[in-house]
Amino acid sequence: MAPHLDREGPLLPILHAVQANLGCVPESAVPVIAKRLNLTAAEVHGVVSFYHDFRKAPAGRHVVKICRAEACQSVGATALTERALERLGIGWGGTTPDGGVTVEPVYCLGLCACGPAAMVDGRVVGRLDEAKLDAILEEARA
Amino acid sequence: MTDGLTIYLPRDSAAKALGADEVAAALAREAETRGIELNLIRNGSRGMVWLEPLVEVERDGRRLAYGPVAPSDVPALLDGTLACHGTVEDIPFFARQTRLTFARCGLIDPLDLDAYRAHGGLVGLERAAGMTGAEIVEEVTESGLRGRGGAGFPAGIKWNTVLQAAGPRKYIVCNADEGDSGTFADRMIMEGDPFTLIEGMAIAGLGVGAEQGYVYLRSEYPDAIEVMNAAIRIAREAGVLGADVLGAGRAFDMEVRVGAGAYVCGEETSLLNSLEGKRGVVRAKPPLPAIEGLFGKPTVVNNVLTLATVPVIFEKGAAHYAGLGLGRSKGTMPIQIAGNVARGGLFETAFGMPLGELVHEVAGGTASGRPVKAVQVGGPLGAYMPPEKFDTPFAYEEFDGQGGLIGHAGVVVFDDTADMLALARFAMEFCAVESCGKCTPCRIGAVRGVETLDRIAEGDGAAVDLLADLCETMKDGSLCALGGFTPFPVMSALTHYPDDFAGQKEAAE
Repeated sequence: MAPHLDREGPLLPILHAVQANLGCVPESAVPVIAKRLNLTAAEVHGVVSFYHDFRKAPAGRHVVKICRAEACQSVGATALTERALERLGIGWGGTTPDGGVTVEPVYCLGLCACGPAAMVDGRVVGRLDEAKLDAILEEARA
Repeated sequence: MTDGLTIYLPRDSAAKALGADEVAAALAREAETRGIELNLIRNGSRGMVWLEPLVEVERDGRRLAYGPVAPSDVPALLDGTLACHGTVEDIPFFARQTRLTFARCGLIDPLDLDAYRAHGGLVGLERAAGMTGAEIVEEVTESGLRGRGGAGFPAGIKWNTVLQAAGPRKYIVCNADEGDSGTFADRMIMEGDPFTLIEGMAIAGLGVGAEQGYVYLRSEYPDAIEVMNAAIRIAREAGVLGADVLGAGRAFDMEVRVGAGAYVCGEETSLLNSLEGKRGVVRAKPPLPAIEGLFGKPTVVNNVLTLATVPVIFEKGAAHYAGLGLGRSKGTMPIQIAGNVARGGLFETAFGMPLGELVHEVAGGTASGRPVKAVQVGGPLGAYMPPEKFDTPFAYEEFDGQGGLIGHAGVVVFDDTADMLALARFAMEFCAVESCGKCTPCRIGAVRGVETLDRIAEGDGAAVDLLADLCETMKDGSLCALGGFTPFPVMSALTHYPDDFAGQKEAAE
């Protein structure tokens, strides 16, 4: 937390730093952060729970974010992802039982002219098809 | 200049998503095998996404373009036997553009400040450094530049409000929370020509008397975050930012703040709350952010494209910029052509080109080869335009007159397999997921909207009136565009494609 305390509006940078270090923003971190920023735990909890990025528990070893937005839908993303989720046996936001991969929805990666698009552990992938997505998920679970 | 071979290969995310890094590795390997001294420049994208990875090889002072290039094409590329497009400027999609905001994007290494200067960079800021705040604001006003985020509010008027507001603490906030599906111009300019945005923000700072700027950049854009952070460091070291901007005796500095996956934070007041470290809940206006913005101080909140267009206005003069466009839509717009299109990418042109020309002639129709059914313009809150409206000129008032909006100028094309009821349902579902919760018509109305559309899908024709009524309530009863504009895609789908909303009923009968 220390490097962020002198910044204006330090809460989001702090929460990002916590998640980068711990893989999530655990509930136990909330009162600690609140005390340092002179906020109530409720205020900090409110912020953590507002944003989709912050997790309560760590994700699987790999995170695959698949775009659900309109431009990707126009090139078949919906059927593609429904099939993939079914094969993995999980829903959106779910993690495979082996802890290998978490699949999250994302609403636009700015890859709208080369969809369907996804992001695998921060690496962008475009023009997904069944074979490409299967290979990504297979590799992530290996 | 080295004796070796100079090759340009984009570092833009779209190029990377299509294998640019793998091509870079193949190039390095092949060059080493052949004993060629390779000078590989990772530039921004030229915007022709269907040709990415687009490789340019410098031969006899020309940059010859090849693409899309796969790693297996690299030997032929170096032999000179791969099919070539000529130069980028020869490609019709590129040749018919008027590039002002994106003039440098894809031309240079985005982090090479010397190359930036060599291509007209910092001319605008140097000019602004010799002007008073009022003169700077006047120049922007005369250019006719309007907010490129979607609302189209005149930038000069906003800047003037902040200039007139009491200081000393004021802010420049750049809205880089480009969450609209079908839009990627902000990402491209931040990854491909970040100094343009920095220069534009510095000019804004000098203009209104703000010394601190923030770029609120969405977390979904890790590559843009990396490039912007690096560019800000370089600009600071070079004295473009800091206590004495270009020796003008005035201070301006800035930093990137990363969002956290909330679409609604693209709305300016919710963005300000998020920057302050709060929930990204929308604020009621007034007070306007220009008077009470970030931390209650006067704040300019402008979109990336608005600020990134400022340098060229100061470089070429307000009159040059205002001389382009249509009616009250002055200058150029970087239009993003996306979805099911043969030639998708970024197309910057003066306002006024008919939508149909963009879809059919520029983009070449659908990628699937099937007929175009609908085009959603302006992101998830924009209306679906049927082919009957394709003669609408691409400009603010003209689209408004057709019940649509140009928003951030994303154009998403759908072929005849699109299910408009499903898309309307998605719009409501998206609104429900992303609503900040402040306004009841948005928070609850969107959930009810999904349910109502499900009833229609099951053949309940009476629910159609209910949906129209609900949309009216959302339009009138929401503070921001999320609840207020979600009815645009829903109602346009219902109005223009009634068959998609009746099919289930007929099947049941």
